[in-house]
Amino acid sequence: MRGATHAKWAACTAVMVLMAAACGGASGNGGTGGGVLSSSWGDPQNPLEPANTNEVQGGKVLDMIFRGLKRYDPKTAQARNMLAEKIATSDSQNFTVTIKDGWTFSNGEKITAKSFVDAWNYGASLKNNQKNAYFFGYIQGYDQVHPATGTQSADTLSGLQVVNDRTFTVKLNQKFSSFPDTLGYVAFAPLPRSFFSDHAAWLAKPVGNGPYMIDSYTRGFQMALTKWDGYPGADKAQNDGVTLKVYTDSDTAYTDLLAGNLDLVDDIPASQLRNVKKDLGNRYINTPAGIIQTLAFPYYDKAWDRPGAEKVRTGLSMAINRKQITDTIFQKTRTPASDWTSPVLGTEGGFKEGLCGSACDYDPAGAKRLIQEGGGLPGGQLKITYNADTGSHRMWVDAVCNSINNALGNDKACVGNPIGTFADFRNQISQHKMSGPFRAGWQMDYPLIQNFLQPLYYTNASSNDGKWSNAQFDKLVDQANAETDTAKAVSTFQQAEEVVRDNMAAIPLWYQNGSAGYSERLSNVALNPFSVPVYDEIKVG
Amino acid sequence: MGRYVVRRLLQMVPVFVGATLLIFLMVNVMGDPIAGLCGERACDPATAAQLKREFGLDKPLWQQYLTYMGNIFTGDFGTAFNGQPVTELMATAFPVTIRLTIVAILFEIVIGITLGVVTGLHRGRPVDTGVLLATLVVISVPTFVTGLLLQLLLGVQWHWIQPSVSQQAAFGELIVPGLVLAAVSLAYVTRLTRTSIAENKRSDYVRTAVAKGLPRRRVVTRHLLRNSLIPVVTFIGADIGALMGGAIVTERIFNIHGVGYQLYQGILRQNTQTVVGFVTVLVLVFLLVNLLVDLLYAVLDPRIRYA
Repeated sequence: MRGATHAKWAACTAVMVLMAAACGGASGNGGTGGGVLSSSWGDPQNPLEPANTNEVQGGKVLDMIFRGLKRYDPKTAQARNMLAEKIATSDSQNFTVTIKDGWTFSNGEKITAKSFVDAWNYGASLKNNQKNAYFFGYIQGYDQVHPATGTQSADTLSGLQVVNDRTFTVKLNQKFSSFPDTLGYVAFAPLPRSFFSDHAAWLAKPVGNGPYMIDSYTRGFQMALTKWDGYPGADKAQNDGVTLKVYTDSDTAYTDLLAGNLDLVDDIPASQLRNVKKDLGNRYINTPAGIIQTLAFPYYDKAWDRPGAEKVRTGLSMAINRKQITDTIFQKTRTPASDWTSPVLGTEGGFKEGLCGSACDYDPAGAKRLIQEGGGLPGGQLKITYNADTGSHRMWVDAVCNSINNALGNDKACVGNPIGTFADFRNQISQHKMSGPFRAGWQMDYPLIQNFLQPLYYTNASSNDGKWSNAQFDKLVDQANAETDTAKAVSTFQQAEEVVRDNMAAIPLWYQNGSAGYSERLSNVALNPFSVPVYDEIKVG
Repeated sequence: MGRYVVRRLLQMVPVFVGATLLIFLMVNVMGDPIAGLCGERACDPATAAQLKREFGLDKPLWQQYLTYMGNIFTGDFGTAFNGQPVTELMATAFPVTIRLTIVAILFEIVIGITLGVVTGLHRGRPVDTGVLLATLVVISVPTFVTGLLLQLLLGVQWHWIQPSVSQQAAFGELIVPGLVLAAVSLAYVTRLTRTSIAENKRSDYVRTAVAKGLPRRRVVTRHLLRNSLIPVVTFIGADIGALMGGAIVTERIFNIHGVGYQLYQGILRQNTQTVVGFVTVLVLVFLLVNLLVDLLYAVLDPRIRYA
């Protein structure tokens, strides 16, 4: 008995000591002090290079440390000149770019025309494996630098010529009037010499020309960015720095925000949407972003490409109760879609509310009739394919199926078809193995109506996963791209969008919002149209 | 003894090869890893082909496996998709998880065995019933519930701890996650010890020891406990491997960037190199711990000899 008691006391004391250590350690690693704010982050999937970053987490950093020729207004999404003094063209195919004087990288190196041309050549070159290389696809000579198969026959784009320190010319392989507006995309950022001369060192601690500099970067854990005092731009950082902390789970980041250990969370987990208003009050942001979710169809499957199938697709669109699903499942962080673009474009940019018309209105009776007229569901059953690993896709796919089943009065009309991982999902899509509609999401690269239509629906375009093809649509897109007058270009794109509507090439579901929450220390927090916080404008304290 | 160890080490080779081959096949069955690398849009074919070549994914599977195993012996575990060598990921992840495992195992040993001894010696008394009930509750509640609840109460409501563990992941910060991770095993250790003690309490050698007039404390620690620990040691030994590989839930909840997190990321991104590399090391840990456990038997019970 005595022995046992002793052991028990020893154990209790040990626990007490450990507990005390825990409490002692806790005060040491709290939030960051001074005018520095801490923000949640995810581990970037690819090495941090401008032309190699195609997801939000890496893009977030590049947006802080780089400024390109143009920059998209954080509020209106309009492309404004940043480093560009002017971008001139007379034929929508040959452009002359003049850059402003007085800009340098944060290491002091002067930014010249060569900083851009070298960076673009690097991004386009096949041997560098840059995942955003296709952004340079409009520039003359891309075929030689980045052939679809085989080895490259040139190292540099023939369409790029340095004229002098502050001027270079760009020759495109087709007319593309809104080309200058695409130049705000981070893939077009300039790069300093050190990027090419000591690549490994640059990757370990990237150097750019934006309002922030990277102070320290521990891969997989955190990145500390500080304000660059010598930044020549007008959008100087309003705080002293930002510490990006990698979280294993967005729920943990949210918990840390509530506990006061974190200042900013830019991804409110779906499970917390119910409580977020109560928890944060007006420190919760929910604003539209340039993201649209759709259901795409496999047009390589004859069953979906036969005449009359467009009636079935339109019927399916009418069978989906978008409002109910966005209200209940997404807690209003999605807006029912009524066109194929995004509200962030604004009406001038090409967003047209209601362009979809009655095809996007919930009408169970009409849906049933149209589907029957169109010859019924191919194979008698609809299987919606999605990846089940992230993004709580299961919930809404089940809801969409439920809605369709109710409209058709058939319990088995629609079922979800989950795929384990995103990689496998993408794999099956690229191998054209889809037997029915599948989840498709589109996050814009730049706020242009062109970006919502051409990559997705143009014949053999990069993201035309369903292989939809329509001669009239292609012709209208070509026309719009050649149009020098912006308003005319936009309205031609809208005509092309009507072709998408009449054929119901893809069913638009909803526009996605960006959501964020922040601590009481912060003010002036906003999300830009890419749903990334506008870090430089945030005030601390 | 020496020959026994050598024989056991040799037996590990086929187990090791078989286990790694299985993992290799399983990860590859999931499909083309490059497909997920370009986000919602397809990689352009030329870049995809080149990435495949670079990661060696264009070769037949058996050849990939052989190259991989060959590289491992030179300490080269390949490169993760974000450009980081897998060994670098391991160097950051394993120390954290080992610390977490140590905390968890300590909890199992200290609290689990103590409670087991106390209840085993007092079978049927209120202490026994109380602890039995408590362990039943712990076993039946899933880890993520315990974890989230403790995180919410201790971290957000009472501010006793930080809800997330910092980059250093010092021992002090790992107490609560360690307890959460250990909870279920701890309950099993308690029950296992209790049964074992209660059984051996009636055995001849304990009666002899008591009859010799040895102090009770000596009877319990030297005679009763030592003999009762064999099944417990087996369990805890096997648990070390399980805890290291199975900490995914706990590590996610408390933002611990350890082995579980890296494995989870590796599987999500279908990163063959990461997954196979980490599992290979885990298999090694498992095998070595099992050998160690078997050798410990002789220390606990000298009647067990290895020839």
